[in-house]
Amino acid sequence: MAAIDILGLAKTYSVGFWRKKPKCALQPLHLSVEAGEIFGFLGPNGAGKTTTLKLLMGLVFPSAGSARILGMEINDPQMKARIGFLPEQPYFYDYLTATELLEYYAQLSGVAAKERSRKVSEVLARVGLPDVGGMQLRKFSKGMLQRVGIAQAILHDPQVLFFDEPMSGLDPIGRREVRDLMEQLKQQGKTVFFSTHILSDAESLCDRVAIIHLGELRGVGAVADLTSSVQGQVEVVWQGNLVPASLKAFATECHGTGDTTRAVVPEANQDAVIDALRRERLRIVSVIPVRTSLEEYFVLKLKPSEAAAGVRS
Amino acid sequence: MRSVRIAHIASNTFREAVRDRVLYNLIAFAVLMSGAAILVGQISIGIERLVVINLGLTAVSLFGMVIAIFIGIGLVSKEIEKRTLYTVLSRPVQRWEFIVGKFFGLVGTLVVNTFFMAIGVFVALLWVSRRFQMADGWVLVALYFIVLQFLIITALALLFSSFSSPLLSAVFAFSLFVIGSFAEDLRGFAAMAQGAARWLATGTAYLVPNFSTLNVVSSVAHGQPVAAQLVFSNTLYALVYAGMAVSGAVLIFEHRNLK
Ligand SMILES: Nc1ncnc2c1ncn2[C@@H]1O[C@H](COP(=O)(O)OP(=O)(O)O)[C@@H](O)[C@H]1O
Ligand SMILES: [Mg+2]
Repeated sequence: MAAIDILGLAKTYSVGFWRKKPKCALQPLHLSVEAGEIFGFLGPNGAGKTTTLKLLMGLVFPSAGSARILGMEINDPQMKARIGFLPEQPYFYDYLTATELLEYYAQLSGVAAKERSRKVSEVLARVGLPDVGGMQLRKFSKGMLQRVGIAQAILHDPQVLFFDEPMSGLDPIGRREVRDLMEQLKQQGKTVFFSTHILSDAESLCDRVAIIHLGELRGVGAVADLTSSVQGQVEVVWQGNLVPASLKAFATECHGTGDTTRAVVPEANQDAVIDALRRERLRIVSVIPVRTSLEEYFVLKLKPSEAAAGVRS
Repeated sequence: MRSVRIAHIASNTFREAVRDRVLYNLIAFAVLMSGAAILVGQISIGIERLVVINLGLTAVSLFGMVIAIFIGIGLVSKEIEKRTLYTVLSRPVQRWEFIVGKFFGLVGTLVVNTFFMAIGVFVALLWVSRRFQMADGWVLVALYFIVLQFLIITALALLFSSFSSPLLSAVFAFSLFVIGSFAEDLRGFAAMAQGAARWLATGTAYLVPNFSTLNVVSSVAHGQPVAAQLVFSNTLYALVYAGMAVSGAVLIFEHRNLK
């Protein structure tokens, strides 16, 4: 059984105060997420990711379609007891301490009274906030609030997790930790559905991804399958201004900057380029991916309609 | 399970009010009551009780009304605005449970607040008249009616804020408090009027909350008893009125897209 089944969910907002105009935030979306998957929901800002999550959480009502989570309707309280949700830029009752907030949420989720305080301190430690349980949330930084947000989502040991931009507001170490946490959740057999506009967050983490743009689904599949038709690019920098002749065939761009030279080459040619440089005994300074294959795929996939949108507006 | 969740939401609402220093109004009330008691005690022309009960109960009612309206209008709309609702409604909490929990949380806050104010009124009463009288018992009934008024106005503030802006909700709720205080006069006027004016006045008189019959302050101040029948009918009236207003708020909120 699929953990999440989205059956043509769509949302049109009416905007404007006086003369209401329809604004389509999500076109009928069909998507199925298997139990035990880490599923990335990718798209640029304004693509409709948050709208989809709010529909699934029953925070807004669909204009059409329906969805099932763990085989149950989206307004079923029994289902809600078995899911966790991290909203985008979460905000909490700032008059409470972190511990009080989590205790309150544990009560609402129906966690047994004798387990509450143990679960709360466990989860605070798990998100890297073991010492600030007694501090009022109004004194929390953005990154700390994000961690509290993750804590409240996993607090009651839910089966399916929905994270809206889980890495936002976190420093590189924090992002790493969230990644690890998602992998742990997968290992525990949980299903993780998360949205992001940062592709590198998704690339090596997700079993499958969906790409959404302007409210429309553009592709679903394993990252490797989606990107098999496109290639990333790497930037190679070496010392000196010498450009080996054999390299000119590969490099899309190549220019000298002071005492170093910089070339951008397709990912597939990376080894050949490095070999060429070594034959000439040139000292390589760095080899850095500038555009991953997923990003390349993104650019390709999203271009047509962006051009179309440009014509329309 | 359901009632347990409502109780948790209510107690969190109470906790919020306490942390937002709502109960600090008790300090202002205490200052007012002691000032009045000392002043009246010095005049001493036999109307001390009348003044203390009148002033005390009116203050209890006004302080509470201000709290009921100003917290009531933000009870749900603030949670939508700040998006604190997202992580509540994604749990096994139904929308109506949330509204009902919030309602009882604020009513509970008002009951606690009124309890402390009542102590203040009785202390002032003891100060000016040196001893309690049997008739002072009716003050308790007047206080109970004031709490019934809070029930209604909290429900109305909640209802208005479920479809209009906080400012408009406050204006609506306050207007209804003022008009409702003259509900009996309106009914009297309706009985005398003719034609369309009669229908309008009658409709308004029965639609607005009848705060006149819930206000027995001046008769109690004169030591007059309150009929048991009035206690019964007022209780029923307040419960039905508040119940309908809360149901209206629930109906609107159930279909609302959150920001
Ligand atoms: N409450 C709303 N009213 C009107 N338009 C909205 C509302 N919420 C979102 N939108 C519009 O829907 C589109 C998708 O938004 P969103 O789902 O937040 O995108 P994402 O999360 O992918 O960045 C955007 O164009 C946004 O302006
Ligand atoms: Mg978003």
